[in-house]
Amino acid sequence: MTVQDGASLEAQDLTRVYRRGSEEIRALDGVSLQIKHGEFVAFMGPSGSGKTTLVNLLGCLDNPSSGKLTLAGRNIFGNGKPLGERQLTRIRREIFGYIFQNFYLIPTLTVRENVALPLAFYRKPGVEGEVERLLGMLGMAHRMNHLPAQISGGEMQRVAIARALVNRPEILLADEPTGNLDTKRSGEIGEVLQDLNQNAGLTIIMVTHNPGLGRLAGRLIEMRDGRAYENQ
Amino acid sequence: MISKFQIASKNLLRKKSRTFLTLAGIMLSSWVLVSLLGFNRGYETALNRDIDNMGYQIMVMAKGCPYEAATMMLQGGAGLRYIEQSVMDSIAKKPEVDQVTPILMQAFFDPNKGDGGGIAGYYGVDVATYPGMKPFLRFHQGGWFHEATAAEAVMGYEAAELEQRQVGDMILVPEKNVQLKVVGILERSGTQDDGTIFVPLKTLQKISGIDKITTIGIKVKKDADITKLEAALYQLPDLQVVSFSQVKQTIMKLITTARIMVLSIAIIALLIAMVGVVNTILMSVLERKQEIGILKTMGAMPWDIFCLVWTETLLLCACGGTAGIGLAFVFARLSDILVRRILPYAPGGNLVAIDMRLSLLTLAIIVTVGLASGIYPAWKAGRVRPLESIRSDV
Repeated sequence: MTVQDGASLEAQDLTRVYRRGSEEIRALDGVSLQIKHGEFVAFMGPSGSGKTTLVNLLGCLDNPSSGKLTLAGRNIFGNGKPLGERQLTRIRREIFGYIFQNFYLIPTLTVRENVALPLAFYRKPGVEGEVERLLGMLGMAHRMNHLPAQISGGEMQRVAIARALVNRPEILLADEPTGNLDTKRSGEIGEVLQDLNQNAGLTIIMVTHNPGLGRLAGRLIEMRDGRAYENQ
Repeated sequence: MISKFQIASKNLLRKKSRTFLTLAGIMLSSWVLVSLLGFNRGYETALNRDIDNMGYQIMVMAKGCPYEAATMMLQGGAGLRYIEQSVMDSIAKKPEVDQVTPILMQAFFDPNKGDGGGIAGYYGVDVATYPGMKPFLRFHQGGWFHEATAAEAVMGYEAAELEQRQVGDMILVPEKNVQLKVVGILERSGTQDDGTIFVPLKTLQKISGIDKITTIGIKVKKDADITKLEAALYQLPDLQVVSFSQVKQTIMKLITTARIMVLSIAIIALLIAMVGVVNTILMSVLERKQEIGILKTMGAMPWDIFCLVWTETLLLCACGGTAGIGLAFVFARLSDILVRRILPYAPGGNLVAIDMRLSLLTLAIIVTVGLASGIYPAWKAGRVRPLESIRSDV
């Protein structure tokens, strides 16, 4: 499966309802949107507005309660029938790379080993030498044999980005990528993401509270009460 | 690049003390298990060898307690009653009998032995027929008796070593004030012969003033029906028959209860170690729940995660098991000494026989039980959903 045909990830009336006892929480309320290949989209909004829920659905980390998600013309969630963990994993490893607020680097593995970690489970053809190339591109070549405890927070997020990109994903999902970083480091990570989008043509979908980071994205979508609002 | 094996092995290094304690538990279980399995085999082999080295398959002695008589015979003590030599002649005529040899066991009080004195045992053997029963007798020094009535002694290796005797030395028979010349010292055989002082039968009869014997050793013809001979011997009045297959069975019965108990302890130790493995791996899985979720976002399938956690279990069990087997090898002699202290009768030679085949069998048991213990934590890890692990972080 590929989205490099131009288009895309398309959500139609995506809804996600959680139940807490007898209470029904509508985290996402009929969101429809289209993200084209090569776009850099940022979702902003207050806590509980549904931005992470939406990104989780777009990134095939969760099944919607209703609605449709089309990836490269293929209806991912079928006719409302939830996909199993194996099927979601197959889609995820083909299409997506993920970075999170917490970097989740394995403390006993070196920087190089952390970046190579996804290749232990799945390896796309032609990714040989990708670990070294990415670490070089992200300015981490000199830290390859260091352990995570020996590098800074900004460097850890760079390693996490390299790890997310090692299998050459088509879409990078970033959930609060600078949430644990100071302003300077946040700016650096923002520049890395912008560079990946503009020069490598990577599609990036990002959730952030940071307005400065949001402004780097070519498209800004605001989330409120489970709905998406976009300024044209 | 990095393999799943490397990831698993490095995961174990995160909590070093916990991993070390779990390893120690497995190592101890493995040590106990391999030592016990080695003992089970070693004891039986040593007992068989002791009995085979006796040279005769059946002993006939005056009626009394057969267990005591057998133990005394094996340990070189004195018999309870005496048998006329003519009985031996009638036994020798039986068609199944290849050879017979008369034996007289005597013990004298030696006031110079140990603190407050002790018993010195002598084993009177027929100079002509006894060596025929023991074709494997080898001499460390000197040789066999010169004549049937010689005032000579042949000492077992340990008896000579204990008394610091050499060929040519004179030994004094306590109570009787008779001197015997040491003409031979046997090579170490790992049997009770090592601690025995042999004297010509006629000489010992003369010293003790007894013209009878305590025991008749019977060597059965090859392919003869030993059961039929035993049945015939049982008909002889006032005699008891001890066949070494019976002795072996009796001794094995005596130790079976102890063996079952110790084996149960080993199994309990193994189970406790395995509970430790489950605990360690389960704790590790729970602590790494988010990380496992992230591995799944990277493309790891549930089976990949299962294998990763299972590999950790395998590594723990294989390393702990191997270390335990190594310890068992190193401390086999110590186990031997401990086992000898608690057994009613311990044959010569190595009681704990550990070899490569037994080591591999033990390792296979440890790894199999360990892998079974790892199924639940590995299954639980495989079921972690990435979204739940990410949410639990928020």
